[in-house]
Amino acid sequence: MFEVVEHPIELSRLIVAVSRPDAGAIATFLGTTRDHNAGRQVIRLQYEAYPEMALREMRRIGEQAIERFSAKAVAIVHRVGVVEIGETSVAIAVSAAHRDAAFAACRFAIDRLKEIVPIWKKEHYRGGEIWIGPQQGGPPPAREHFAS
Amino acid sequence: MRIRLRFFAALRERAGASELTRELARPTTVGALWDDLRRERPRLAEFRGAVAFAVNQEYVDSKMTLQDNDEVAFIPPVSGGCPRCHV
Repeated sequence: MFEVVEHPIELSRLIVAVSRPDAGAIATFLGTTRDHNAGRQVIRLQYEAYPEMALREMRRIGEQAIERFSAKAVAIVHRVGVVEIGETSVAIAVSAAHRDAAFAACRFAIDRLKEIVPIWKKEHYRGGEIWIGPQQGGPPPAREHFAS
Repeated sequence: MRIRLRFFAALRERAGASELTRELARPTTVGALWDDLRRERPRLAEFRGAVAFAVNQEYVDSKMTLQDNDEVAFIPPVSGGCPRCHV
């Protein structure tokens, strides 16, 4: 299950999607919106996706998690639009035969998602807002497909 | 040759549009198209972050030459940032 949704995420749907008779473990991860960042109070977050490409990259992460960690099944759901503080913006569930593989594959999936899946976060503060990413200064990333 | 352009997040705001269509008279690379856009739209030129390119929803190198009906997306850093860069 790979989805970009505009409504609250229900983790139970992801767990059902990855449940398998040959899996002895399901690891889950929830990313929730935080009320502060870099010393500033955040009052609201807004996410925006390139949905067609985000889904394609999410499916690819699922395939890689299965290949590299022997995961049985992977589900990733990301929310877009305004997400209130404390709500879930991204959920991942991974099933595997044993817990080590489930934890490792779940960790891989969220790390990779944050690196490459084209979804952006805008943090709204009192008196300002900012798109999250290194665009506010600092050197460009050392990635082949980036140009400064 | 007709190309569809898509902009997201900070670049969408700076481009003033989420989508544009553009006619190209001659073969052009993604990087050259980005340079042209920055010349035409000063707010894009002022963007200080890194920009990645995707053609038909796959990340590509800036040297990729565009084909008719390609969809080009200009991708500012994604929300988790880049683990190898320092903000």
